Amino acid sequence: MSENKTATKNAIEVRNLNFFYGKFQGLRNVTMDIAERKVTAFIGPSGCGKSTLLRTLNRMYSLYPGQRAEGEINLYGQNILEPGQDLNLLRARVGMVFQKPTPFPMTIYDNIAFGVRLYDNLSKSDMDERVEWALTKAALWTEVKDKLGQNGLSLSGGQQQRLCIARSVAVKPSVLLLDEPTSALDPISTGKVEELVHELKADYTIAIVTHNMQQAARCSDYTAYMYLGELVEFGETEQIFFKPNKTATEDYITGRFG
Amino acid sequence: MPDKHLSSQFDTDLNNISSHVMELGGLVESQIRQAVYALSQFSPEAADDVLVTENKVNSLEVEIDREIASTIGRRQPTARDLRLLMAMSKTTANLERVGDEAAKIARMVKSIISGSAPRSLPSSDLRVSAELASGLLRKALDAFVRLDIPMAVSILREDHAIDQEFDGFVRKLITYMMEDPRTISASLDLLFIAKAIERIGDHSKNIAEFIIYIVKGEDVRHTPLVDVESSMTD
Repeated sequence: MSENKTATKNAIEVRNLNFFYGKFQGLRNVTMDIAERKVTAFIGPSGCGKSTLLRTLNRMYSLYPGQRAEGEINLYGQNILEPGQDLNLLRARVGMVFQKPTPFPMTIYDNIAFGVRLYDNLSKSDMDERVEWALTKAALWTEVKDKLGQNGLSLSGGQQQRLCIARSVAVKPSVLLLDEPTSALDPISTGKVEELVHELKADYTIAIVTHNMQQAARCSDYTAYMYLGELVEFGETEQIFFKPNKTATEDYITGRFG
Repeated sequence: MPDKHLSSQFDTDLNNISSHVMELGGLVESQIRQAVYALSQFSPEAADDVLVTENKVNSLEVEIDREIASTIGRRQPTARDLRLLMAMSKTTANLERVGDEAAKIARMVKSIISGSAPRSLPSSDLRVSAELASGLLRKALDAFVRLDIPMAVSILREDHAIDQEFDGFVRKLITYMMEDPRTISASLDLLFIAKAIERIGDHSKNIAEFIIYIVKGEDVRHTPLVDVESSMTD
């Protein structure tokens, strides 16, 4: 295990990150590494800053005035908080999937192709190939291959969420951010998404925010426990769920009062 | 012991299991007492009592394991809750084995009583080490309730003393057997009893190791005593 650890490379290095919603400070001095091709889970009670942190990783917050981040977020050595970033390109490299499935009101095929067209100019046959590839990656191909012309909204919730994952994967990002991707899904769909996370980590770095601690325990390699905007404890998932170093972490994951 | 979960039912479940483990400990302790009495008084009635208690021990063991499996299934415990449940399951198994050892002693006593071998053998030595072992078990159960690490470490040390006591007793028996071969058969019975007592010490030591596992999250089962002592004082 220690050998793996030394071989692990970081996709993202967060350094002294502070985040502000206007005057309110949402993140306090967060420093952590997100390992390449591993799953890093963020857990903590509502309002602890885990979604905020995830939203800084592709600067999703830049869409909102009054929100700002200070510190460094180095994506493969490049600080994405520096001015002059091409945010569209950044979000193609760091894709995001949200809590509620958000398919575009268009065909399944176009849901995938839409994003790809923004970055790549593919021929019809190359695009067909890319759509199939992305849907296969998201474990959805066999279910939708005969109805690619149907509206994406006609799919079930679990399928819609996998469609959104396929859409993120289609532009070939290096990092996937999943913000409570299964909280609106039934256990079977949840199981499929978790299985997908496991398969996707062969190619992608994944950061997942979840309220479901068992989900973090099941599908992540590293777990970060956050509280009141601070990173309380960060370590290997096995260690966090078996013998956390901090009492606050232990109280949270065992369901005790803080 | 398992304080203030958000779910008070979870606390209740854990407390129930833990008090059942203690109840099992109490039953097993009484078995040892009955067995030691049977041995020192050559009392077949006391020996029978041990065997009767064994049935209760067995059914309580099954019940505790059922409760633990149900709690794991319903609660998906983590961290210290998980370690506590694992340790309680293993402690239960060890206690049941102590009960088996007591039953073994009781059966041996009955065989000695029905045999015609001379009773001049050093069975009083055994009473001393049986009391040591039974005291150690009681201490292990106390330490378990309080999750007392220094006490657990001292149990590991004391088990060592019981092991040495056993080695000494074996040497003594060998002398008897060499002096008078007619004592061989009875000596062997006593040897089995001594071995059973020594095993009770081992089980108490295992329980002490589980206490360290619960509190520190460290598995010290195959760690030399000196290393355990130094890592626990850190």
